Amino acid sequence: MAAPRPHRSEEAVALVGIAKAFPGVVANKDVDFSARWGEVHALLGENGAGKTTLMSILAGLYRPDAGQILIDGEAVTFHAPGEAIRHGVGMVYQHYRLVASQTVAENLLLGLPGVPFRLNAGRFIREARELSERYQLQIDPSRPVWQLSVGEQQRVEILKTLQRGATILILDEPTAVLTPQESEDLMRTLRQIAAEGRTVILISHKLEEVRGVADRVSVLRGGSMVSAGLPIGALSARDLARLMVGEDVPSLRQEEQVARAGGTRLLLQDVCARDTRDLPALTDVSLEIAVGEILGVAGVAGNGQRELAQVVTGLRRLTAGQISLDGRDISHASARTMVRLGVAHIPEDRLGEGLIGNLPLTDNAVLKSYDRPPLSFGPLLQVQRVVGFTRTLIERFGIRGARPDSLTRLLSGGQLQRLLLAREMALNPKVIVAVHPTRGLDVAATQQVQEWLVESAREKLASVLLISEDLDEVLQLSDRIAVLYEGRIVGCMPARGADRGQIGLMMAGAANVAAGVS
Amino acid sequence: MALSVRFERRATTPLGLRVIVLSLAVVLGAFAGGLLVQASGYSALTAFSAILEGSFGGTYPISQTLAAAIPLATIALGTAVAFRVQLWNIGGEGQFYMGAFGATAVELIGGPAGWPAIVLLPAMMVGGFVAGAGWALLPGWLRAWHGVNEIITTLMLNYVAVLWVNYLVYGPWKDPAGRNFPFSPRFPDSATFSRFGEGQLHVGIWVPVVAAIVLVLVLARTRWGYELRVVGENAEAARYAGINVRSTMLTAMLVSGGMAGLAGMVQVAGIIHLLNGQLSTNYGYTAIIVAWLARLHPLAVLVVSVLFGALVNGGFAVSQVGIPQALGGVLQGMILFFVLGIGDLFTRYRLRIVSLPSTVTAAAARGTST
Repeated sequence: MAAPRPHRSEEAVALVGIAKAFPGVVANKDVDFSARWGEVHALLGENGAGKTTLMSILAGLYRPDAGQILIDGEAVTFHAPGEAIRHGVGMVYQHYRLVASQTVAENLLLGLPGVPFRLNAGRFIREARELSERYQLQIDPSRPVWQLSVGEQQRVEILKTLQRGATILILDEPTAVLTPQESEDLMRTLRQIAAEGRTVILISHKLEEVRGVADRVSVLRGGSMVSAGLPIGALSARDLARLMVGEDVPSLRQEEQVARAGGTRLLLQDVCARDTRDLPALTDVSLEIAVGEILGVAGVAGNGQRELAQVVTGLRRLTAGQISLDGRDISHASARTMVRLGVAHIPEDRLGEGLIGNLPLTDNAVLKSYDRPPLSFGPLLQVQRVVGFTRTLIERFGIRGARPDSLTRLLSGGQLQRLLLAREMALNPKVIVAVHPTRGLDVAATQQVQEWLVESAREKLASVLLISEDLDEVLQLSDRIAVLYEGRIVGCMPARGADRGQIGLMMAGAANVAAGVS
Repeated sequence: MALSVRFERRATTPLGLRVIVLSLAVVLGAFAGGLLVQASGYSALTAFSAILEGSFGGTYPISQTLAAAIPLATIALGTAVAFRVQLWNIGGEGQFYMGAFGATAVELIGGPAGWPAIVLLPAMMVGGFVAGAGWALLPGWLRAWHGVNEIITTLMLNYVAVLWVNYLVYGPWKDPAGRNFPFSPRFPDSATFSRFGEGQLHVGIWVPVVAAIVLVLVLARTRWGYELRVVGENAEAARYAGINVRSTMLTAMLVSGGMAGLAGMVQVAGIIHLLNGQLSTNYGYTAIIVAWLARLHPLAVLVVSVLFGALVNGGFAVSQVGIPQALGGVLQGMILFFVLGIGDLFTRYRLRIVSLPSTVTAAAARGTST
């Protein structure tokens, strides 16, 4: 690996007047941005602020509608990511692009420039090993990728980018999927990469993380740069939040969290289930949710959250254990039965599972209730009523700018989630299973969704199973908190007075024996 | 200022635009094909006028065109149903043959027994539909329950169906009075659709017309139609909503096969009036293109089928004015290529001419300050 060549300019990257629009959305308007050699530069902004788009333009994935890219003072035009990497720009995306069935070494070789037709794999593996040691990115090159944890896969992606000679490394919300300990290790690695004279651009919306690692910060809001290249030392977390959100951060509503007088609504006893690959995903999970109670399930993604939501909504079979709703055994009820019994489900993948993007709002609004009166009689769908029902939802839940016949995929992320919630709340649910309900939403939509969930519990006495990787959200909304780690409940405690550090440790699997294990 | 042209994906495609682009594509395709005909030393103009004359130039050509459109439309309606749930039923050809077989089986019982047309024809329609659906049952079940690729199974069963019908007409069902030709006994009048107009046009033309209207209503206004939409666009969401994805797939496949079977019945009862081994000139395969061009919409299937019927007859007509029939095929091919390839591209994408600010001046004017 050659040492970075001498630089012509102090600025590693300069973006000038970048604009990019997608059909129906302006992602970047007239954005100027620059980063220096040897710094960790944070790009901060809310979800949907245009951070990923801007960096994807720098990495050659998208072409800007207008504007100019300068790398080390030289104007460049990228038509493909391969051209960007030749200029030393490499990006680690949120969704890893690894071949699961191949080994780490094979993945590193894939697409590497200068690989001869006759492979000299040994040299590349040695190189990979040296790199991984130098940056403390522990990884065994001979292991197949499917065996790696998410954190390890991320290390492979970073190695891959470095091995291709990236001098400007972009990471898109790298800590979103990591445990606190893994995040810390990663931040140390990033500092080291920068200390060698390379540039690290870190896309994030986590204030503390940015303050901990970055030298300077640029903030995007609504596709525009609101402040570029401010030294981090001069800013408090509150300053950053204000820049990012554009208004004073709404103070967290302190709901009065009272013990519910009502009886048990949903009861899980020693529930076991397997995941799609037939590996154990849930082991002896026992939970209890009272009428009108919100139970938050904290945990790093991939520790059984998805499967937990699926067993409660009838989408996944139990291999052992029992689930009951108001005393009735529903362990083997179908998804449709669950809907009819009043189990609402807000899935994590809105457009992949909860909604159908290519169909109009009407078809999405009635997804859970089309099969019975008043929306259908016998085999016949009552089209007029379907439209009327959709209109009611749009008005009652304030889905602005939408009409019953609009195509659903043209809605914004917040509107999509409003539509989904509107549909589920219209079921008058007894139980609401909400998985990452505010992920990717802006502040206003997040607040709205959280309000609706709290309202359902407090006023309509629904029992809410809130599964979220956002610990703040879990702490803020829940009456009680359970921590899920490797498919087991490793702790369960009242939210009031819960110790954040303790929960963090449990999420990382470091504290199996915690106070009040259920 | 530098100008640059780029493709951009459209968010939505208005219907009017689709019609205009497709019409233009037909014209361009005809023009390109015409150049090839001209380059081969024949007159493109003669070829075009022969095609037009042969397909729409008078009551006889028109009725022949419509007669050719009947089996295409009927099969394509079924193909469209399967395609709507992302089931790639390539077995229209075999299901068509099985439908003809099923209808003939009923005729062999009802004809000699002297059933009146009002009983026999509907019974044959049921026989054709059931036999076609039955032929789609196995691939549909394998796909929905075991994930077996339906493209392969439906395609393979086509050959089996054609061979089965050939076996019958060479063997047990051969007409004893047929001088050893491989076909079944001729149907009595009670088992045939009456003709009208000058050519082969018969009352069976109402079958695809009525079926298309029924299908439009079923798709828009029934629970099953709704379930088809949801499963077709997002099977994951269907499962999430508690829709039985497997049985929805299977019923779609059965309807699809049944429609092709019905087409087979209409063909033997309306055109051939007996069963033989050459029932179809690739109707089952052409119907796939028809369904696709019609974007799986039943009423559009009717229109596109008539255009294809015209192309088929126009091809015959070309050979009658001294131009090799192969060149007629080239013309058809070019038109299809333009419509399917280029027309489709322009309905989904748009060309945009954008101006890029001259790079140096923009950078200089702004500076690169932080």
